[in-house]
Amino acid sequence: MSNTVAVASHPEPDNNYWTAGYGLKSWLLTTDHKRIAILYLIMISVFFVIGGLFAVLIRLELLTPAGDLVSSDTYNKLFTLHGLVMIFFFLIPSIPAVMGNFLIPIMIGARDLAFPRINLLSWYVFAIGGMTTFAVVLFGGVDTGWTFYTPYSSTYSKTAVGLTAIGVFITGFSSILTGLNFVVTIHKMRAPGLTWFRLPLFVWAHYATSLIMLIGTPVVAITILLVFLERVFGVGIFDPALGGDPVLFQHLFWFYSHPAVYIMILPSMGVISEVVACFSRKRIFGYGFVAFSSLAIAVLGFLIWGHHMFTSGQSILAGMVFSILTMLVAIPSAVKVFNWTATMYKGSISFETPMIYVFGFLGLFTVGGLTGLFLGALGLDVHVHDTYFVVAHFHYIMVGGAIMGYLAALHFWWPKITGKLYSEAWAKLSAIIIFIGFNLTFFPQFLVGYLGMPRRYHVYPDEFQIFHILSTAGASILAIGYAFPAFYLIWSLFRGEAAPANPWNAKGLEWTVPSPPPKHNFDTIPVVKEEAYDYSRLEEEVV
Amino acid sequence: MLSNIQILPEVASTMAGKVDALYFFITAVSVFFFLLVMLLVTFFAIKFRRRSKDERPEPIHGSLKLELLWTVIPFILGMAMFGWGAVLYFDMFTPPVEGMNIYVVGKQWMWKIQHPEGNREINELHVPVGTPVKLIMTSEDVIHSFFVPAFRMKMDVLPGRYTTAWFEATKPGKYHLFCAEYCGTKHSQMTGSVYAMEPVDYQDWLERESVATLSMAQAGEQLYNQLGCGTCHAQEAEPRGPSLYGLHGRAVELLTGNAITADDSYIRESILLPAAKLVAGYGPLMPTYKGQVNEEELLRLVAYIKSLNLDTEDSTSESRGGKELKEHRNE
Ligand code: HEC
Ligand code: HEM
Ligand SMILES: [Cu+2]
Ligand SMILES: [Cu+2]
Repeated sequence: MSNTVAVASHPEPDNNYWTAGYGLKSWLLTTDHKRIAILYLIMISVFFVIGGLFAVLIRLELLTPAGDLVSSDTYNKLFTLHGLVMIFFFLIPSIPAVMGNFLIPIMIGARDLAFPRINLLSWYVFAIGGMTTFAVVLFGGVDTGWTFYTPYSSTYSKTAVGLTAIGVFITGFSSILTGLNFVVTIHKMRAPGLTWFRLPLFVWAHYATSLIMLIGTPVVAITILLVFLERVFGVGIFDPALGGDPVLFQHLFWFYSHPAVYIMILPSMGVISEVVACFSRKRIFGYGFVAFSSLAIAVLGFLIWGHHMFTSGQSILAGMVFSILTMLVAIPSAVKVFNWTATMYKGSISFETPMIYVFGFLGLFTVGGLTGLFLGALGLDVHVHDTYFVVAHFHYIMVGGAIMGYLAALHFWWPKITGKLYSEAWAKLSAIIIFIGFNLTFFPQFLVGYLGMPRRYHVYPDEFQIFHILSTAGASILAIGYAFPAFYLIWSLFRGEAAPANPWNAKGLEWTVPSPPPKHNFDTIPVVKEEAYDYSRLEEEVV
Repeated sequence: MLSNIQILPEVASTMAGKVDALYFFITAVSVFFFLLVMLLVTFFAIKFRRRSKDERPEPIHGSLKLELLWTVIPFILGMAMFGWGAVLYFDMFTPPVEGMNIYVVGKQWMWKIQHPEGNREINELHVPVGTPVKLIMTSEDVIHSFFVPAFRMKMDVLPGRYTTAWFEATKPGKYHLFCAEYCGTKHSQMTGSVYAMEPVDYQDWLERESVATLSMAQAGEQLYNQLGCGTCHAQEAEPRGPSLYGLHGRAVELLTGNAITADDSYIRESILLPAAKLVAGYGPLMPTYKGQVNEEELLRLVAYIKSLNLDTEDSTSESRGGKELKEHRNE
């Protein structure tokens, strides 16, 4: 390949990271970032299935207005565990810990992350946090909601809040370690010639994400520790009966958890940039604006936590400041959407599965972002706050946006990661099923939310039922859509055609190494001589 | 069945229509941008679809003009939404001076409501239409949130302090009352109804349902005497505690030198944690009443202390309610 000097000497094709060692021990003690990514992939997939099962039960319960399937306490535990598992154990680690781990070193021309052993440690920390959460289920579950609002969580709840707090606390350290590793790696280990503005936007997005992980996670860790102290030792921090302030908790919690929503979406945005460029054969329109909008989001994201508290009794002035900043943070998101769209202009667009997911992402993320404006507008948020409108908003962004991005990534880099090709037909079919199921599940929730249906309700007035029926029907379709990839992807591992090094004819260093990549990625460190996404210089189709 | 699916809640307060107007505005902007992006994506996808494997489109690096355009237009629209929303928010949380007060205590899992006239209800709230109703709310345990969709009104109800909100019903009817902040097992059953009534019907209801013989302020006075507050707060030459007449709404000078306006929360705190904010010129004499009075009783004490203003000025609803009831009883 013209731009790098690495490609000439491929190692033997079967000398790759999968075959570099056999046996459980070779996996559990590996420091290879690619193997650690696989370990993460397995673990978060398990969590996704578990979180999904909770969701199925929630949707079934809501099919009828009465609480007939499970008791109120069980229902409350279901939505709490669903939120906890999906956010802390699936979505936050999903793209960074799997795709970022696997790809960042290769994308920047390095042989591994800066601290390979810390990388393995972060997986173990994550696993311990995950096991703690399993233990919570065994000890009867937890019912505070993923938001742990005090004084309910610190004093009143009779469930395993303490253990859950420990689990989330531990898991936070895995984020911190991953973030630290990425920041140092991106600063220090770029190949010669790979300047900041030649980096793939996927790397920029992960850089911004890592900053948030580093700055924000300690705050939530401390907050959760404080809840633990109050609950176990009766130290008065949040419960007014002990002289504490319950709203203080909300400030601390959202100081992390608002930026955390960007931990979930920024990596996805990075994926979209890669995929849209590849399947349009174009440089990303306005590369610099897309890169800096990630940083703008990361910075502004820390200043708008108060938009979760417009009805909690904060002053009108504080509400106004948070509202205006919330409107500002929507702008970099809009800028990205416009730039992706413009990238397609005069491109050469093809419709393989990853691109289908990008179309899905664009539609759903746009709805999610636009409905954020409804929530950021003070007087309107007062009405829709804590209703299904909010539930719909964040599912459009986190499931419609972030998970679509994750699936796009999984399908885009699957041949690279596994060396196998999956069935395009099945993959496209499932993408379409997911898109339809998703909209049927969550669009009605905007309507029922505006009508006044509060969230976290086990029973509800009859007039809301029709919306819940639609939603449950959609969720059934969605579940089928999500089950498909599990089958055809695993199938491809055993029966799939071998993937060439660059099946999509894409740009980027990861496509210059064989699929799957060799243990140390590169024999010789490549020298980068061109900008990212230089598709005009794409050499002839290899197939 | 499909024909009678509603997608807007009932419009039953002065705020409801205004909130809906903002909702329509943001919906219109959103639909416009959504369609714009979707049409462009579809159009580009079709027009520029790959026709041959060898296509190598010319790179386009970007356009500063376009970037400015799609930064500035969303910015302007965002600021419009902010401004509009802020005006509504200001209205929602700035109760008009006239109007009546209702006292709300939330607890797991019920709403306890007291009218100044002394009427009490649980999970029901009767109000007249055409009168601003100010809610003074607190919680006995965890955080709850008082939510009436038909009024587009919601406010968190916190333990340890008073929060306020207001609405003015415009249309008689029965409306949902929800707890919107998750509060434990029966959060979804912490619901009730708001009955908006014509003023005459409301007066009827007050009289018909009036099992209480005392107004809130009178009940507060009784408590005040039982607890012996008067031993220190009496109107005498050298009282041990400051006079409570005219206290509500007045600026109080504290020992620390700061001044603070004596609102409901301040009075509540003075009773529960007297030492927290000592009044200038007085020592830490007053005992705490924490554990001796519950939130509902506290509200009555507050109502009583507020009523002590009336001897000087006669304006708030406490007096009207109280006096009307007195007259009524005297008949
Ligand atoms: C032992 C005497 C004593 C008793 C009994 C007492 N107080 Fe007080 N109270 C004081 C003193 C002294 C102060 C001023 C110092 C302070 O702020 O604590 C005060 C302050 C107050 C204030 C704040 C007044 C201001 O001007 O800011 C309120 C309100 C109040 N008391 C209400 C009550 C109520 C209601 C009761 C009965 C439940 C009560 N007090 C019983 C002595 C007493
Ligand atoms: C694009 C601009 C966005 C704006 C303007 C916005 C605005 C808001 C606002 C104001 C709320 C509070 C609503 C309420 O509780 O009443 C909210 C809630 C939420 N948003 Fe967004 N948002 C945006 C993007 C995102 C993104 C990117 C994510 C996640 C990936 C996200 C996830 C969430 C979540 C999880 C909640 C609810 C949290 C909870 O209460 O459990 N939002 N959003
Ligand atoms: Cu937020
Ligand atoms: Cu509740």
